[in-house]
Amino acid sequence: MIQAQRLRKMYGATRVLDDVSLDLAAGQGLTLLGSNGAGKTTLLRILATLLRPTSGALLVAGVDPVREPETARAAIGMVGHGAWVYEDLTALENLRFWAVMGGQAAEPATLRAALEAVDLGASAEQRARTFSAGMKRRLALARVLLGRARLLLLDEPFTGLDRAGRKWLAEFLLGFKSRGGAFVVATHSFDAGLGVGDRVAILSGGRVVLDRPAAELGREDLHRLYDDLALGPGSAP
Amino acid sequence: MSAYLRRAGIVVWKDVLTERRSKESLNALLFFSVLLLFIFQFALGPERARVETALPGLLWLGFILAGVLGLGRTFLVERENDCWEGLVLTPGDKSAIYLGKLAGNILVMAVVEATLLVLFTVFFGLDLTGVLPRLVVVLALGTLGLATVGTLFGAITAQVRARELLFPVLLLPAQVPVLLGAVSATEIVLAGQPLAEAAQWLKLLAAADVVYLVVGLLTFEFVLEGA
Repeated sequence: MIQAQRLRKMYGATRVLDDVSLDLAAGQGLTLLGSNGAGKTTLLRILATLLRPTSGALLVAGVDPVREPETARAAIGMVGHGAWVYEDLTALENLRFWAVMGGQAAEPATLRAALEAVDLGASAEQRARTFSAGMKRRLALARVLLGRARLLLLDEPFTGLDRAGRKWLAEFLLGFKSRGGAFVVATHSFDAGLGVGDRVAILSGGRVVLDRPAAELGREDLHRLYDDLALGPGSAP
Repeated sequence: MSAYLRRAGIVVWKDVLTERRSKESLNALLFFSVLLLFIFQFALGPERARVETALPGLLWLGFILAGVLGLGRTFLVERENDCWEGLVLTPGDKSAIYLGKLAGNILVMAVVEATLLVLFTVFFGLDLTGVLPRLVVVLALGTLGLATVGTLFGAITAQVRARELLFPVLLLPAQVPVLLGAVSATEIVLAGQPLAEAAQWLKLLAAADVVYLVVGLLTFEFVLEGA
């Protein structure tokens, strides 16, 4: 689903991503960890076709997203930092808007079912302006549910979710994977990330400093490796 | 309905609904219109001949100033919660978004223009009933020209820090043909002459509208992606 080789992203003289290579097959999930400014969001935005890499080779869903962004975008579902929520529309109206924009049917029953799935059924007619950050994130996830994405790119999807929401999201991602979908989750939540990803990668200073199967890593191992690799040796408390 | 028109339609629906609920642009524009009328009233005084001479220019000054305020805000709502990203990633021809935004802007401008027109007749004691159908034709062509460029430049400047400054600096020079045609045609219509007398100005307006609309439709995708 993703084949990235030696991706580099420069902003002027600042190197934000350096020599990043990743492979992600259909049915796999990748958990991306890294401190603030490590390059996680930049990498997700490149994979989502929102940014062009300065150099390197990239295939998303089998196509070069720089040359064929439309084909790549048809396969991508994204929840970024912003939830793509219009504050003066209700939850239902927000979903209707994005469903039509995505070329999908916007049947009220389908939209309501998506809201029910993320536990927003009771708030369907409420304006998004009244929603908490966690509810907006749920609304963004409901939007992803409506799509036909084969690759999900999620930036801090667990942030703002309560315990039940995190559990629902983890189950949804595992189900999505089992149906042949792939996902990249950038998160600070080690437990949630370990629970859903087949692989864990750590980004530090724009480079992938660790890429291992999640099964090989225990919670303690991951914390120790993260402290050493992402924050620097001796940084552990 | 084709997917293209469905997308354009949902953008209009979303923008009109958002504006109806927030009234952010409309309230400010209507208040601004009243303020403008007071200023014109003080500047021109009660002499009717002076008002009638200056009326076409004043009308369009009011419209364009309202346009500068309103059209520049068109894409600000897309910056909230990164909705812009979502628009970039939606499949299909992005010019549908431009078309939807344009239609939404024309609706808002139409409300503001109708209000301004009513206020002008009340403030200056004018009777426009005899010329109204002809005036509507000129207003429609002029508003289309104003909105096509305003919508595109609204998108270009939405992500720029100094957008309040940049937007009028870009918009006003591009509006010269539209203003020239609109003011001249309005002058002819308000003098009670038939539309045929204003044919050359209407042709200029129509040509400018077509050029601006085509440029907007063709370039919007690059503006959206490049911002």
